[in-house]
Amino acid sequence: MRLPTWLAQHLAALRALLVFTALLGLAYPLALVAAGRLPGLDARADGSLVTADGRTVGSALFGQAFTDADGDPVPRYFQSRPSAAGDGYDPTSTAASNLGPESVVDTLAADPAESTPSLLTQVCARSRAVGALNGVDGRRPYCTADGVGAVLGVFHRDGFTGPVTRVVSVNQTAPATPFVAAWQGVAVELARPGEDYVAAGAVIVPVRGDAPADPAVPADAVTAGGSGLDPHISPAYAELQVARVARERGADPAAVRRLVAEHTTGRVLGFLGEPGVNVLELNLALDRRLPAR
Amino acid sequence: MTTTTAGVLFALSLVAALVAVHKPFGDYLYRVVAGTRHARVERVVYRLVGVDPAAGQTWGVYARAVLAFSAVSILFLYAFQRVQNHLWLSLGFAPVVPHGAWNTAVSFVTNTNWQWYSGESTMGHLVQMAGLAVQNFVSAAVGIAVAVALVRGFARGRTGELGNFWVDLTRIALRVLLPVSVLGALVLMLGGVVQNLSAGTDVTTLTGAAQTITGGPVASQEVIKELGTNGGGFYNVNSAHPFENPTAWTNWLEIFLLLAIPFSLPRVFGRMVGQNRQGYAIAAVMAILAVASIALTNVFELAGHGTVPQAVGAALEGKEVRFGVSDSATFAAATTLTSTGAVNSFHDSYTALGGMMPLVNMMLGEVAPGGVGSGLYGMLVLAVITVFVAGLMVGRTPEYVGKKIGAREIKLASLFFLVTPALVLAGTAAAFATGNNSTALNAGPHGLSEVLYAVTSASNNNGSAFAGITVGTPWWNTALGLCMLLGRFLPIIFVLALAGSLARQVPTPATGGTLPTHRPLFVGMVVGVTVLLVALTFLPALALGPLAEGL
Repeated sequence: MRLPTWLAQHLAALRALLVFTALLGLAYPLALVAAGRLPGLDARADGSLVTADGRTVGSALFGQAFTDADGDPVPRYFQSRPSAAGDGYDPTSTAASNLGPESVVDTLAADPAESTPSLLTQVCARSRAVGALNGVDGRRPYCTADGVGAVLGVFHRDGFTGPVTRVVSVNQTAPATPFVAAWQGVAVELARPGEDYVAAGAVIVPVRGDAPADPAVPADAVTAGGSGLDPHISPAYAELQVARVARERGADPAAVRRLVAEHTTGRVLGFLGEPGVNVLELNLALDRRLPAR
Repeated sequence: MTTTTAGVLFALSLVAALVAVHKPFGDYLYRVVAGTRHARVERVVYRLVGVDPAAGQTWGVYARAVLAFSAVSILFLYAFQRVQNHLWLSLGFAPVVPHGAWNTAVSFVTNTNWQWYSGESTMGHLVQMAGLAVQNFVSAAVGIAVAVALVRGFARGRTGELGNFWVDLTRIALRVLLPVSVLGALVLMLGGVVQNLSAGTDVTTLTGAAQTITGGPVASQEVIKELGTNGGGFYNVNSAHPFENPTAWTNWLEIFLLLAIPFSLPRVFGRMVGQNRQGYAIAAVMAILAVASIALTNVFELAGHGTVPQAVGAALEGKEVRFGVSDSATFAAATTLTSTGAVNSFHDSYTALGGMMPLVNMMLGEVAPGGVGSGLYGMLVLAVITVFVAGLMVGRTPEYVGKKIGAREIKLASLFFLVTPALVLAGTAAAFATGNNSTALNAGPHGLSEVLYAVTSASNNNGSAFAGITVGTPWWNTALGLCMLLGRFLPIIFVLALAGSLARQVPTPATGGTLPTHRPLFVGMVVGVTVLLVALTFLPALALGPLAEGL
């Protein structure tokens, strides 16, 4: 019996798919799983697990949140970057923030837990907190002193043009003080929770302010990475934390700095990627060599 | 060394590696598709499939074989996801919801690898390796096979036959993709990419919190994800994930892998039409557009304009420390210049103009160098349109590598070109008209960019995401599935019809009046036509999104 051509063709397609599934979907990956058992490759194929005192404490390739049960930084440990993965460094829910470069207006609700901060306010708040933790100036351009985005909603008489009629500091609510008292002769108001000033016709004006162009808190300390699991911080952010960690451990800052240097990797071959410090490995080495007194 | 210098050296080293590799690898690819001998294992495959490897196929039969194989693949992959909870290594995950399974099935069969889901919490290991990764191989092989069929149309004369799809598919998968993948996976494993069947290791961190170290057959999937310009990540964050892309040098290798085949295929074209210089001209067009795009993306990202990047001091949101700004920007350009769509950083958080570049790359039609196969056939269609435009200027019947471009050929080329812009613009308009743009994370121009990016990525079979937008809804999954399906197979049908029409012709010998298609003049014209067509089609949409935000 001869099958109709179209049926024969789909039958061939199905048989081809099954053959390729067996070869490329089972034999190939399973052979590589087997290859991953070879000595020298097995530790890496299993996820570069690291142990301390005989128990597995993580992966050398994953960052961790070195925070206490309340989410506050544990000061004797070097701190990782901010993370957008779950509640922070959750490998079962990896993510980036996906907030854009002009995410500058917070959504403010009456209940602060319902509010959604803009990326700018997140950056400002992190900068302020990292500055406070490490005893340096946490100010940044486009940030208020109280750690939110310095952004005005400016209302004009004729929409985009005409004299200014009303100015709102859109990310600040009572009891804060507006970061500028007046704008083009008009007194600046605080934002009221629940109001959408953009929809009401305000022109959004971020205000740079007089913060230094080169802030003391490095860029990686105030931004979330791509994976939410970034195992590294920049050498600059590590250097910022040396004095604090040394003080908390009662150790010589020079000794801490030497450990940082040991765990700093430069650019591969001198030009691939950027230098970084593996935070988990550094903190493990600290516990081993300079335990807190 | 400054960040900029290191970034320039990073890009230059990729160029050098591709220049070194395209010739030997292209020659190898040529021998694979042009050879007449069947390996023993291949003869076994043909017997199991039940096809005669010696039988030539007309364009219609070739196209029906492509469509039959893809249709069966979509149904199989859909069913696979729907029953995954009953299968081995499901990790306890529920069956994928129907609209999601449809979207993912189409996505992987069309070489798009758009992902509405989060890999680590949706797909079991078996679906990943025996379902999704198999399509990574065969959808790439289908793309190369179609490109080779088009080239045969140029190379052959007075015949209706374009080769045999089953032979092309089998040889490309087994002789090209599989060996390079085995080697590449082992190298990636040396770098730290995991390859196991673990459901995850629960650990207690230094400060006493719980963390699950995820597992999976990642290396085997990671390598073909790049080599086949697929781009579907094992994990949600794709090549930003430390288990997919652990070091700066694996990052380099992944970019190299995704560019290797697309930049080697022009050599195959040159060899098959018997004039290597024609291949070099096509490669030159691709290279000019690619270098310009990579350079611009780097300039925009390193300049770091925009309120948040200025507040931070660098465009570092969504980027990993080990890659830095520059190597992330180069990855973003390369992944969208090809049809890969893998990401090692999140384009949504790029500066307005830096984030526009991936969008423009996709709008170029992914021809510089484009996806495996789809890049070459897209570029050859643009070359056909260019000789037609040139022919209009001088009043001669246009010819390309010895074939006359008549009414039928130019109609097919135009239809090919019109498919994706129509899908992109109609799709974006439909999203806004039905209110489905409301799932975008950001407001204003950035929200438009998110919607435009999603539809562009699906219609061009790229699969990279601006992210931010929530696309796991029934409307988005269904609509983007349709965009991917039509954006892949309509152009393939037009290309194969064009190939059939060219193959039937008697080759025309070149005369003094023939426009030389291997000189810089022609290269410049193809670049110009490509950029002009894209600008005319998409400038209004870009002006409302990234340009409005960035200027």
